[in-house]
Amino acid sequence: MSPGSTTARDFDTIIVGSGPGGSAAALALTEAGRSVLVVEKGRNHLIDLDDPQRLIQRFSNDEIKFGARHFLGPDPIVEPRTFRVSEAEGDRVHVGEVNSVPTTVGGGAVHADGKVPRFLEEDFRLRSERGPVDGAEVVDWPLSYDDLEPFYAQAERLIGVAGAAGSNPFAAPRSAPYPMPPGPAMYVARLTSAAAERAGLHPYPAPTAANSEPYGGRPACNNCGFCSFSGCPIHAKGDPVAMLQLALLSGRAAIWPETFATRVVIERGRATGVELLDQTGRRWVESANSVVVAAGAIETPRVLLLSGVEHPLLGRFAMFHFQTYVAGHFPQRLHVHRGRAVTHVHDDHLVSDSASLRAASAAGLPWIRGGMVEHAGASLPIEEAKLYPWGRGHSASMAASPMRDHLGALVMQGEDLPQAVNRVDLDPTVRDARGVPVARVTYGPHRHELVASEHYSGILTDVLTDAGAEWTVTATSPMPASPLTPYGDLISPIPASRHVMGTARMGRDPADAVCDPWGRLFAAPNVLVADSSVFPTSAGYGPTLTIVALALRNAAAFSEGP
Amino acid sequence: MPVFLTAEEYTILTSVCSRLIPSEDGRPGAIEAGVADYIDILLGAFAFDPPRIWGAGPYSGRHGGEAGFDEFLPLSPFEELAWRTRIEGSLGLTEREPNGPVVGLQQRYREGLAALGSGFPELPPSEQDSALHAHSEFATLVFEHACEGMYGAPEYGGNRDLVGWRSIDFAGDVQPRGYSDAEVSEP
Repeated sequence: MSPGSTTARDFDTIIVGSGPGGSAAALALTEAGRSVLVVEKGRNHLIDLDDPQRLIQRFSNDEIKFGARHFLGPDPIVEPRTFRVSEAEGDRVHVGEVNSVPTTVGGGAVHADGKVPRFLEEDFRLRSERGPVDGAEVVDWPLSYDDLEPFYAQAERLIGVAGAAGSNPFAAPRSAPYPMPPGPAMYVARLTSAAAERAGLHPYPAPTAANSEPYGGRPACNNCGFCSFSGCPIHAKGDPVAMLQLALLSGRAAIWPETFATRVVIERGRATGVELLDQTGRRWVESANSVVVAAGAIETPRVLLLSGVEHPLLGRFAMFHFQTYVAGHFPQRLHVHRGRAVTHVHDDHLVSDSASLRAASAAGLPWIRGGMVEHAGASLPIEEAKLYPWGRGHSASMAASPMRDHLGALVMQGEDLPQAVNRVDLDPTVRDARGVPVARVTYGPHRHELVASEHYSGILTDVLTDAGAEWTVTATSPMPASPLTPYGDLISPIPASRHVMGTARMGRDPADAVCDPWGRLFAAPNVLVADSSVFPTSAGYGPTLTIVALALRNAAAFSEGP
Repeated sequence: MPVFLTAEEYTILTSVCSRLIPSEDGRPGAIEAGVADYIDILLGAFAFDPPRIWGAGPYSGRHGGEAGFDEFLPLSPFEELAWRTRIEGSLGLTEREPNGPVVGLQQRYREGLAALGSGFPELPPSEQDSALHAHSEFATLVFEHACEGMYGAPEYGGNRDLVGWRSIDFAGDVQPRGYSDAEVSEP
């Protein structure tokens, strides 16, 4: 079935976005017998839509294509976003790339290196467990870990997650082991995780959505090293391929790529369809009984604002993870370009202890919380080459490789507290090449993030030094804004984290939340938000598995009607 | 013959690249890697059909599988709009300037090379470096592309005979062979 060849109500539900959330919703709804149309503004490089058993072979180990030339989109020249730290800076200070998660069939999961941890029990009860923080709106989630656990297990089976149950002492209870054992540890992660253990920390094999053995009809990962920001040439990464394939094979789902949703048509509190715009500029309304919006925590509020959804909190509480990078230079070569980019993690800095409480108290905060720490991290030579100054010595620097092959890193994905002033709205004048207002991000970290980063970076520095690093360097993203901070560079006030959350938070009371506890818009209950927009707090973990688990749970309930 | 640049522009660009990533102490630099060709092909990408923007893959044939990097993927209309705007500039076309005029790479190179002048290749190296520092915005643009042409896949016109990758002992694209578990985990 092709775009525009249909008549009214051919589909029960239209899903906007084909990333992890949209894919999971498509699967849950088709399993419940509903017919769905998934519209995706980007191209399809993933699945043969005529024969969903077959996967397209267009991903490659190519740093020019994926790193320099926007193959997975969005291309900021036609789809810019704008950014400012606060309203005091005026309408905007930057136009261009702002936190671009891919616009392609599969969404952000295509480029991710596939770290898919579950959250801790505390992540769902942060307000109750830790208490309020001035200047932030720390809340509990309207559901518990136990509510979500069966869906976490289902998500792990669907995607195919490799991991070692029981290896993380802080983990919440699991009803099933991981579907696959962990893949091979990277050499540098062996060094740093051993040092972390000596420091009394608890590193464990990173739960990874890359096959360690053949799974789901797809081969085992062969360690090529082009994981982060690249599509997998052999489709060893399971998210979200597996869910889209199953949805398509049900015969009740269609995917229309290169089809942009300009607005959800909402009349008197009910969605009746979605207005679509195709590549030829044709604009029409496709009717449906219900709509799922899963465009990511920046594009979801954009399309809901374009749809005229009115809620004072829509777009607010935008969160990114506050990333702390501690890198150490090792005397030996580490070959960080081989393997799954990150093979070990530790969760100790998500757990309250007396040292973190002392650091918080000294800074006038009730508590601080860090995030999951990733050991290793891939790096490729074009990226490295741009770090050294041009001219004499450049080729010598590349041959010696102090900034790549000798560099081991620990990266903390720190909890980012929700603040009402951090928001996504429509830029008043900047348009994309379709003529549609673009998303504007207004964001600055809370002091909590800066204090937590400072505290935990000291611990990470000691670990790297004990692992054998001769010197270390620490950086954060975002970098706190100052007149000297450049915009748009690698380290800038614009968060580099692709973990985008908040902006349509869920809760029990429409006065405090945009979506109800099942992800439905209070303003239009036959619209389900099925991505990280609904997260009330950010946790210190990559959001993907929680996006999928929540979408499976909420879409199954949604299939029974609002 | 260059694809986009004139012979004179190509000569100036070659000299510029050789100062940005010089050949030194037996290590190859931009000259040996053919970095100027990489840039010229980017500027002239739409002289080819499909345009030479994205290599198809999934394999290059260097580590097994069929060679597919030297085929290029067709662009969608939206992608063509993006890349023509980036390379050619907005040229006053409404659809290319929703937020105002865009100066394309072709014009930036043409003007940048003209500003350095036809005498640039004959200057002593120290004066070439001074001229590049005096035109630092252009030097930064060329340097970013030079890094891609030096250390990217050779199918895009640079990294000739894999000299960039060989000089840093990097295997480049390794699919479908990949690396063994021991190559990942052991020193």
